[in-house]
Amino acid sequence: MKAITDKPWSAVKRSRSYKEIVKALWKANPVSKQILGICSALAVTVQLQTALVMGAALTLVVACSSLLVALMREGVPRNIRIIVQVTVIATLVIIADELLKAFLYDVSKQLSVFVGLIITNCIVLGRTEAYAMNNPPGRAFLDGLANGLGYASLLVGVAFFRELLGSGKLLGYAVVPQAFYEAGYVNNGLLVLAPGAFITIGLFVWLEHTLLEKK
Amino acid sequence: MENLVSIGLNSVFVGNILLSYFLGMCSFLAVSRSLQTAAGLGVAVTFVMALTTPVNWLIYHLLLAPGALAWAGLPDANLSYLKLILFIAQIAAIVQIIEMVIDRYSPALYTALGVYLPLITVNCAILGASLFMVERSYSFAETVVYGAGSGTGWCLAIVAMAAIQKKLRYADVPAGLRGFGISMIVTGLIAIGFMLFAGIST
Repeated sequence: MKAITDKPWSAVKRSRSYKEIVKALWKANPVSKQILGICSALAVTVQLQTALVMGAALTLVVACSSLLVALMREGVPRNIRIIVQVTVIATLVIIADELLKAFLYDVSKQLSVFVGLIITNCIVLGRTEAYAMNNPPGRAFLDGLANGLGYASLLVGVAFFRELLGSGKLLGYAVVPQAFYEAGYVNNGLLVLAPGAFITIGLFVWLEHTLLEKK
Repeated sequence: MENLVSIGLNSVFVGNILLSYFLGMCSFLAVSRSLQTAAGLGVAVTFVMALTTPVNWLIYHLLLAPGALAWAGLPDANLSYLKLILFIAQIAAIVQIIEMVIDRYSPALYTALGVYLPLITVNCAILGASLFMVERSYSFAETVVYGAGSGTGWCLAIVAMAAIQKKLRYADVPAGLRGFGISMIVTGLIAIGFMLFAGIST
C-alpha cells in the first residue's frame, strides 16, 4: 500500500486504463485523428451551450452502450452483433432525447435532429464494435467515457472560437466590450455560417498535428 | 407547384444536406479519393434517399404521429418517440432489399456498387433527411421532392470534392495540414460557393 501512495501518479500512469484514456483524449482523438463522427460535430458548434449539451449526451450514450454491449458480448452470436449494437444504441439515444426534452427543452429545440443522429454517429458503433465486443465491462465503460470526452473536447473547442469570434459572446453573455465595437471591431459573420465550421475544424486539426509531430 | 420547385432547389443547393447541415461527412471524406467510386456512391445514396424518405413519411403519418392510430380505434396514442428506432430499421431493410434486387437483375451494377450499399445504412444523411422531413412537417409530395433533392445535392458535393482531391495531389500543402485538415478547408470553400445560390431560390 505504501509503495503505491509514495508515487501514486506513476502507478496510475503505468496502468492500462490510463494509457487508453490518454490515447482516446489526445493521441487518437476520435474526431481529429480517426475522422469519426464529424457529422454532428459541426452542426452544433455555433454556440458553446449546445456544444456542451451535445458533448454530454454523446459521452453518456457511448459510455453506457459500451458497458451494455460488453456485458452482453458473450451471449450475442457474431452474425447478428451489428443489429444488437444498433438496437442498444438507439434505445439509449431515445432515453437521452426524452431526458433533454424534459429538462432542457430550449436546448433540445436548438439541437433538433442532431441528438437523434447520434445513432448513426460512427464513434458510438465504432467503439462498441472495436472495443466493447472484446473487453470486460469496466474497461469498455472507461474507453467509451474517454472517447466521448475526446469528442466533446473538440466540439467545445470549436464552439468556443465560433461563438467568441462569430457573435462576440460566450454561453450567451457578451464578452467583447462595447468599446471595441465603437473602435471599429466587427463580428466575423462567416464563422456563424456553415463554412466557418469547416474552416475552424481544419485549422484545429492543423494545430493538433503540428503539436503532435514535435513530440 | 411553385412550392415544390423551391423545396427541390433549396435541398440541392442552399440547404445542401452535406454542406450546410454537415450530414454524411464520414463517407464523404472516406470515399472522395477517386472520382469513379464517388460518383457510384453518390448515385446509390440518391436512390436510397429518394426511396426511404417517402416510406418513412408513410410510417410516421400512418403509425407514429399523435392521433395517427385513430383508424385502429386508438385516437389518443402517440408513438412518435419510436420514430428513431423504426426509421433506422426501415432504412436497413430497404438497403437490404435494394441490394438483393440489384444483384438479381443487374449484376454489373451490383459489382460496381456492391461495397458501398451496406455502408449506406449508417450514412447519417439518410436518417437525417427522414428526421428533417418530420421536423419541417412536409406533405407527401414535398417529401418526395425533398428526398430526391437532398440525395442529388449530396451526390453533387461528393463528386465536386473528389475532383478537387485529384488536383490537390499535385499541390504543395503544409505538412500538418495534409489529409484531413486540408479536406475540411476545401469543403468549407465549396460550402461558400454553394451558399451563393441563396439569392436564386428565395
